[in-house]
This record gives sequence, C-alpha cells and structure tokens, in this order.
Amino acid sequence: MGCAGLRGALLAALCCLVSMPSLGHKPSDSYLSLAQPLGERGGRLSGQWDIALRDLDFAIGLDADGDGRITWGEVRARQADISAYALARLKIKADGIDCRIEAGAPMIDRHTDGAYSVLPLQVQCAGAPTQLTLDYRLFADIDSLHRGLLRLQAQGGTRAAVLGPQAATQSFELARPSRWAQFIDYGREGVWHIWIGFDHILFLLSLLLPAVLVWQGKRWRAADTFKSAFVDVLKIVTAFTVAHSITLSLATLGFVALPSRWVEAAIAASVLLAALNNLFPRIHGRRWMVAFGFGLIHGFGFANVLADLGLPAHALALALLGFNLGVEAGQLAIVAVFLPLAFALRRTALYQRGVFAGGSALIAAVSSLWLSERLFDFKVLPF
Amino acid sequence: MPVPFRTVLLLALLPLATAWAAPFVPSSDAEVLETLPLRIDSPGARELRELRKALAAEPQNLDLALPLAQRYFDEVAAEGDPRYIGYAQAALAPWWNLSEPPVPVRVMRAKLLQFNHRFAEAKADLDAALRAQPDHAEAWAWRAAISLVQADYAQARVACQRLQPLATPLMARACLAQIDATTGQSAAAAQALQRALREHPPTDAAESLWVLTRLAEAEQARGAHAAAETAFRQALALGRSDGYLLAAYADFLLDRGRAAEVLTLLKGRERSDLLLLRLALAAKALNDPALAAWQQELSARFAVARLRGDDALHLKEEARFTLQVLGQAAQAADLAQRNFATQREPADARILLEAALAARNPGAAQAALQWLAESGNDHLALTTPAQALKGLK
Repeated sequence: MGCAGLRGALLAALCCLVSMPSLGHKPSDSYLSLAQPLGERGGRLSGQWDIALRDLDFAIGLDADGDGRITWGEVRARQADISAYALARLKIKADGIDCRIEAGAPMIDRHTDGAYSVLPLQVQCAGAPTQLTLDYRLFADIDSLHRGLLRLQAQGGTRAAVLGPQAATQSFELARPSRWAQFIDYGREGVWHIWIGFDHILFLLSLLLPAVLVWQGKRWRAADTFKSAFVDVLKIVTAFTVAHSITLSLATLGFVALPSRWVEAAIAASVLLAALNNLFPRIHGRRWMVAFGFGLIHGFGFANVLADLGLPAHALALALLGFNLGVEAGQLAIVAVFLPLAFALRRTALYQRGVFAGGSALIAAVSSLWLSERLFDFKVLPF
Repeated sequence: MPVPFRTVLLLALLPLATAWAAPFVPSSDAEVLETLPLRIDSPGARELRELRKALAAEPQNLDLALPLAQRYFDEVAAEGDPRYIGYAQAALAPWWNLSEPPVPVRVMRAKLLQFNHRFAEAKADLDAALRAQPDHAEAWAWRAAISLVQADYAQARVACQRLQPLATPLMARACLAQIDATTGQSAAAAQALQRALREHPPTDAAESLWVLTRLAEAEQARGAHAAAETAFRQALALGRSDGYLLAAYADFLLDRGRAAEVLTLLKGRERSDLLLLRLALAAKALNDPALAAWQQELSARFAVARLRGDDALHLKEEARFTLQVLGQAAQAADLAQRNFATQREPADARILLEAALAARNPGAAQAALQWLAESGNDHLALTTPAQALKGLK
C-alpha cells in the first residue's frame, strides 16, 4: 500500500466510523407478497414481487445506453430477462413438491429508495399446501445484505418474514382446516353443483319423468303402483350414481383425462338423447342402462368442477368422497320432491301432456342449443 | 402458539412501508425511472465492472476479491450507500465465514462488520490481525475508532499511540485530540488541533476535512461558537460534499437558532437520511410547509429499516426524530436508551439526556449520566440537560 493509500485508509477509519452516515441510503430489499385467493381450496397463490431497478441493473445491467438513467423503455426491453433472472432465484414448495411460478408483465412502483420493477406472480402448486417452503436466493451471490421482505396471506392469517442469504430457506405451516370441516365443505359444493348444474338436473329429470308412467301399446300410461315407480327411480338413480362416481374418481385421481369441451358437449348430447327417448321411445324399461352409460360422461363433468375448486393434496380422497356424497345428496333431494308430486299427478293430462311431453320437448330444445354452443364454442343461453 | 414479536412488528409495519404502493405502467418509454449512482461510462464504474468480471471468472482469487471489496468500501465512504457493504461482503464470500482468514480479510471483515454495529466481532478480527501484524496501521486506526464509539478511552488512547509512528504527525495528534475532546478537555483539544494544523499543514483535502471537522466540533463543545463557525466554513470551502460535515454544521446552525440557513445548506440533499432529518428539524423550527412531506418520508424510511431488522443502526436518528419532530418524549427516551447500549459518543449521550429530560424521567438517562461522570465530558450541550435532569430528581 502506498503512502497516500495508507493515509486514505487511516482517515477512513478515524473519521468515518465516527462520522459515517450509517443510515445513508438504504440497503437492498425486495418486497415479496403471496396470497391465497379468497375461497381457494387448491394450490393456487397469487403474488407480487417488487425488486429495485438499481439492484437489477447491478445484476443484469438495465442501463443499455449507459447514461446513468434507467428508462421505462430500457426496462421493457429486458422484461423477459428480469423475470427469468428473478424466477430462477425463487423456489416455492408445497409439502415438498415444487410449485410452478409464472410472472406477468412487469409494472413499476416507487418505494422509499427509488423505483422498483413489480412482477405479478401466479403460483400453482400440486395441492393446497399445509407447509409452504420458500427458497430465496435473489442477489445472494452479489449482495450479502440483500433481504426479501415476505408477506404471506393464507389460511389462518397473514405472516411476515425476512428472507435472505442468512436464512435462504424458510418454511411456513399453514393452518389446515379440520378434516371434518373440509369434508362438509366439499359436500356442500357437491350439493350446490348438482343444483345449479342445469344439465345434470335436466338429464336426471328426463330419466325420471317417465318413471311414474309405463310404455304400453305404443303409448304412455300411468303406473299402477308407487312401488313400481319407486323401484324404477331407484334403479336409475343408483346406476347414474355408480357410473359418475367411477369416472369422477378416475379423472380426479388422474387416471383418465378428457378435454372438457368434448365432455361438456357429450353431456349436452346425453340430455338431448334422454329427452328425445321420452318423446320417441326407443329404450324403455332399461332406462337404468342409459343412466349408467351417460352417467360415465357426467362423472367427467363433475371432475372438471372439482378440479376448478382445487383439491387439498393431503386429503384428496376425503374431498372426493365429500364432493361425491354431496352430489348424491343433492340428487336425492330432487328425487324426493319430484317423485311424490309426479306420482300424484301421473294420471292427469297436465302431467302426461304438459309436464312429461312438454317438459321433454323443452329439455330437448334447450339441450340441443347447449350441444351447438359447446360444439361450436358460442354462447346464447344464460346458463 | 405465541406469535413472535418480530412477526407482529413486521405485519404492523409492512403496510406503512408500502402504503403508497400502487404499481403503474409508465406512459412513455422515455420516462426516466431511476438514476444510478455511477454512470456506466464513468472511469470508476468501468474499473468496478472490470474487477467484478475478473472476480466472477475466479471467485476464489483473493488478489481479485480484496481490491474489489476495497473499491466497494470506498464507495460506501463516498456515497454513504450501504448497498456497497453487501456487495463487498459477497465478494469476500469464500472467506467470510472462515474462523482464521488471512489478515487482509480480517481487517476488511472488521470494517464491514462495524458498519452494521457488530463492534465485538469487528474488534475480535482487528485484535487477531494485530497479533499477526503488530504494525498494521489501518487495523490500529479502526481499533481506535471502535474503542471511541464504545467509550473505552484507555484502549482508544493505546491505539492512537500505536498509530503514532505509522501515521502522519497531524493524524497522530488529531487521533489523541479527539479522545481529549470527548473526555473533558475540549478546550485543550481545540488548542492542540489548532497548533497541529499550524505545525503540520495537511497534505491533502481529505486530511484537512477530517482535522477541520474535529476542530469545529471541539470548538463547539467548549462553546467557542465563532471559532467553530470558522472551522466549519473552512472545511466546507474544501468543496468536498461530505455528508457528515454537512450534518454536523446543520446541527451547529440548529443549536444557534439558524434553521433557515439549514434549509439553504441542505437543499436537494433529501436522499441522505442524516441530512433529511436535519431538514425536517429545520422545517419544524420554522413551521415550514415542507415538514409534512419530510416527516412522512422519514417515518417510512425508519419503518423499512425496522422491517429488515436493521433498526438498531438508526436508533440515534430515530430517537431524535421521535423527540424533536414527533414530540413523543417517552418513546424517544426508550429509543435513545437502546441506542446508548451500543454507541456511546457525545451525540448518543446528548439525545438520551434530552429525551429523558423531555419525558421528565431521569432514570431513563442513568447510563448517560454515569458515562458523563466517568468520562468527564464537558460539552455544554450535554452538561446543561444533565444539570436539569439532576434538578428533577
């Protein structure tokens, strides 16, 4: 060290410890927030990651023209690099399984120490996490004092943590809803889905409408006994239930996957065929077989709904069972209202002409519209 | 399960720190979002870039890592920008956690550690370095500085004496005068500095700046306001924009009831927290409308520091802000007490005494009163509130 260098070093020591503005500017921080969307039961998280432009410039160079100023144009030009750099340094695991993280188009925000690039994040985990593990390595190789200030909003409240090279990997236990509460929750969703799922109701009704009638001498007549009507309904409902339970389980557990548009179209077709069979009977007496065959398709439809609800990784079977039982309960409620009314009215013209024939025609009309909508991807019906 | 206090703090503060957060998409590509501290094409930036590139290729090469860490450290000294501390530490990563690193790494590590107020670890590194190299001038200089902050005047004196044959005569005398000024001989210290300046004229502006600043403080401490003003003005005339000098002169002006001059002196220096605090204090004294914005900005900066867990670094400033801007004496006394536990310079004692006096709580100032008695410090700005506190008892 030369003489001037030594003097400089000594001055630095003697003046600067005492005089050093220890609070000159601010050390480097990023702000990472992650949140489970309200009502989310699955593995989706949304978030936002604010990273200082100064730090990004130091890491990957943003100031393309070297004028000491970072413009929006320079940030935009490096958009993909910024996302790639940041995402390569953040890992999120749900119960030990890597989640997929995607960044949207960056925006800008201002914090106390300057402008930050704001990355909107979409995180998809395999299932609703009970333990979320973050591995945070942003700028770890170039700035040992960098910190990531995390705000995590999930079931059971909000928590915060300081991430950084001193504690790169941190886990957070998310409150797990009780198994019973989860079971009831999915059961309620199942009931709700069958009630607002008009296609399933109309399919079921198409099969149930003729249950209080018998096809005799090329025309429909009222059934004589409640017992025969009841047995008919029992067979249809059981067959439908068994069939859709099979495919719902297969699809949910990942053994079979069908494109949802074709499933939805096939469901519409099943409603149409069931209604037409009432008006121009081809199959009677064995309607439970129809219920079984088409029930297989409806199961795939239920599976899509369940997937949209999101599934807890640790309680998949429980959720599946709850949802399925909910569907059955909803179905039974419909039957319990329908059957006594239909049986009482079965001899009237109102029932035979109006409800049965008119209803079947209406169902056929609606379902053919559905079929066209789903086949050709347009929308005219509000449901 | 009890929620850790830290988490509660973080949750309470995050909204404050990000209260204005509203991401936007700038309307034009030409919009300037950020100004960098160093232009890419400046010689300093080019040199840094080349060093970085060389080290990236050979991260285990200490001959590359040390100069780069030193370059970053110089940036901290010049800019007061703590990001460079993290950069320097990262450059030394392969050696950072070694229990017995080479001497140059120890000294550099000590310099970086003291910056984050990790004085005990810094001292341990310096002592180990000095055992290996007893005439390591820089290590002695840092040892003196840390002892002074920790109010260990005997050790500080030893370090200054060990420095004597290794440094310029002016520096060696100023090193000792600095201790005298703190330990009850501010008049003698001021005279010694005057004489040293005459007998050994400074060889460069940095040395002048340092000695003149020390002189101004010593004159101020003994109540020689005109002499202090002269020294401050000579130091300012050197034309080096030194954050510490500006803060010290601003404090001098505030004490003398010349707040309007502070607003002029520090115009446009809001980026530095130290200077922003002085601007807010001046605006408070003058009822200036700028106060609201500066107060909000300072609150936000303290909140962010606390989020990181770095609030211990800024306790002195926060205590002053809390007392003199927010007018919350009890909280200020608490902050000043926590600050005094790690830093015991006259300014640290002063804010503790003033806050305790405002809170009418002499007990809070116990540590400062004891320090005052033991060190024999005679600064008027300290002895006056100390007397008033004793009157309260």
